[in-house]
Amino acid sequence: MRAAAHRNHAAWWAFALHRLSGVLLALFLPVHFYVLASAIDGAARLDGFLRWTEQPPVKFAEAALILLLAAHLTGGLRLLFLEFVGWRDGQKSLVAVASGVAVALALLFLVNAA
Amino acid sequence: MSAARVETWLWLAQRGSAAVLAVAVAVHLAGIIFAVQGGLTAAEIAGRVGGSTAWAAFYGVFVVAATVHAPIGIRTVLSEMTALPPFSVNAVAALFAAMLLVSGFIAVAAVYQLGAA
Repeated sequence: MRAAAHRNHAAWWAFALHRLSGVLLALFLPVHFYVLASAIDGAARLDGFLRWTEQPPVKFAEAALILLLAAHLTGGLRLLFLEFVGWRDGQKSLVAVASGVAVALALLFLVNAA
Repeated sequence: MSAARVETWLWLAQRGSAAVLAVAVAVHLAGIIFAVQGGLTAAEIAGRVGGSTAWAAFYGVFVVAATVHAPIGIRTVLSEMTALPPFSVNAVAALFAAMLLVSGFIAVAAVYQLGAA
């Protein structure tokens, strides 16, 4: 059970989320570039795709992407702080702040996109 | 260069690119949340960032930073979580970097010319 015990900690979940969000964002990047590159054939093709993204399920998927990006940003800032400034007590609080900011940004996107 | 030296340089490159990306992603997120309010169209994107050398330079730096950062991360994940041999892991990471750099610059050029047209 020791293997499971070390995972029952905010810092482990922060590590897991950082890794998962990083892999998913890396997989999304080529798709993002492909869609933007479609504008090279003129505005019509890009507009066709942008109209498709107006559907509610796509908007929720976009909000999930914003959450992933914001979580990777805030989690990454936490890591940079840890590595270059040093360990501070209250890691749980830092993880909570990083998660809270990420969720708030995703909600802000959803409210603005509605 | 020794393997340990390569790992040190990759570690530094990923942290350096992370610092650049922290600023770029914050600006990008603010832009997304601002732009999505009125609904996204090609004309809206063209009016906001198209034809702008400053935005093209910003997104160019963004692409380069992501090209450095993401493949190093993928390399770490593949080497820690799969049984792939080091040569294959490095090859996948290098190919991914090349693909990101080329497709990223095509995307930046496409959005730039949208506003210049």
